Amino acid sequence: MLKILKYSFYDLMRSRWSYVYFAFYLILGFVLLFLNNDVPKAVITLMNIIIVLVPLIGTIFGVMYYYNSKEFTELLLAQPIRRSTIFMGQYLGVGLSLTLSLVLGLGIPFLLYGLLRSNAIWDFSLLLITGSFLTLIFVALAFNIAASNENKIKGFGYAVLLWLFLAVIYDGIFLLTLILFDSYPLDTFALIGSMLNPIDLSRTLILLKLDISALLGYTGAIFKQFFGTNLGLFISMAVLVLWTLIPVMLLKYKTQRKDF
Amino acid sequence: MIQITDVHKKFGRNEVLKGLDLSIGTGGIIAVLGPNGSGKTTLIKSILGMVLMDRGKISVMNKSVKTHWDYRKEINYLPQIANFPGNLKVKELMEMIMDLRQKPANSTELIQRFGLVPHLDKKLSNLSGGTKQKVNLVLAFMFDSPLIILDEPTTGLDPAALIQLKKLLEGERDKGKTILISSHILRFVEEMADEIVYLLEGKIYFQGPIKALKEKTGQNDFEHAIAAIAPKEDHA
Repeated sequence: MLKILKYSFYDLMRSRWSYVYFAFYLILGFVLLFLNNDVPKAVITLMNIIIVLVPLIGTIFGVMYYYNSKEFTELLLAQPIRRSTIFMGQYLGVGLSLTLSLVLGLGIPFLLYGLLRSNAIWDFSLLLITGSFLTLIFVALAFNIAASNENKIKGFGYAVLLWLFLAVIYDGIFLLTLILFDSYPLDTFALIGSMLNPIDLSRTLILLKLDISALLGYTGAIFKQFFGTNLGLFISMAVLVLWTLIPVMLLKYKTQRKDF
Repeated sequence: MIQITDVHKKFGRNEVLKGLDLSIGTGGIIAVLGPNGSGKTTLIKSILGMVLMDRGKISVMNKSVKTHWDYRKEINYLPQIANFPGNLKVKELMEMIMDLRQKPANSTELIQRFGLVPHLDKKLSNLSGGTKQKVNLVLAFMFDSPLIILDEPTTGLDPAALIQLKKLLEGERDKGKTILISSHILRFVEEMADEIVYLLEGKIYFQGPIKALKEKTGQNDFEHAIAAIAPKEDHA
């Protein structure tokens, strides 16, 4: 698998888009830090961008890579290599190269700014960790969608719809239910609801870490009680891991039963 | 070498292979013929495990295709459409396949044979169709495997390359290898094949040497014999 990973990674590293993505974060990091001069504020702005942009880029890159490497995949399938090896290698190749762009692109300006000496290091690490998870989750989801749709346009459409749903529509529905049922106790519902969407989960995790939960009102207090503890953090991380593992397993299952 | 029993395959509603039985021995060139859509590529891809059959059993060198994957170590395969990752150079692609297969390869001789030396540093997306097919052929022949499967090997080749391909095939046959070819070019098949397999509507209509086919149909000409083998309604 390492060989496939190596070639996929190498292939992506030669594509212009990886550098554009990397450069974007690099510039973003520098601009936010050196114009703002305030690490916690920069982390919040970054969070707002990362939460929306990382899933979108992961989805688009994942779908594009799967369709573009179709011939390469077919060439590999005729070689003495396990199917699961081929697809896991490609998945990790895309996922890791995007994660690398994110971590390096944001990490370098923050390190130069003197992050290690500031208190924001934990908030910032959490931001990078959730960003990496979001990348891995959405690339896996995108691979699943691409593998189940031979038609590129359809696959692309479904992938973007999925992103739109999780990034925007889900929140709308969630909010609407909270308003509609606001005479009922909704604490548990709100907790579970934000757990079920990896984007919401990441946002909540970071917001609470930043100690601005007062903004969230009464529910914020409950959230703080839950997510603020080690157990809450642990469960949230476990949910993010599940969000990564389930689509990966599904991808493995799907490709094992597909004709090429 | 290859044992195929009662293989069925459907794509949606389209039943491509309908209980196909075929046994291919060791050594010689076997041509798989049949009209468009008769299931030639599906058959080849089933042998390679790229298409998963619905029912039936295929074994290559006594290893079941379904449960093993390492039988592909013994197969060299030439895909029908020569498409490769576009941003790789020819040389890099060859090195990559060698790296993946971990087998000794004699690519230098083949590269010279097909005149690919000036193209080695070009990107695959910049090559013409015929040159891509030559790269495809080098990849298919550079390893020493007992079974070689070629899907339409003559597509896009110029006459000089075609002669080289024929020589190459004869050389491999003399080494005692089993070569499975699917082709539409009857002259090529008549010249090269020791045995033909005629596929029609997902079943084997005829298997045997060309001479036996001519005797069976009472035709002297190979093309006419092929035409005569199929039921008449298919030639309306």
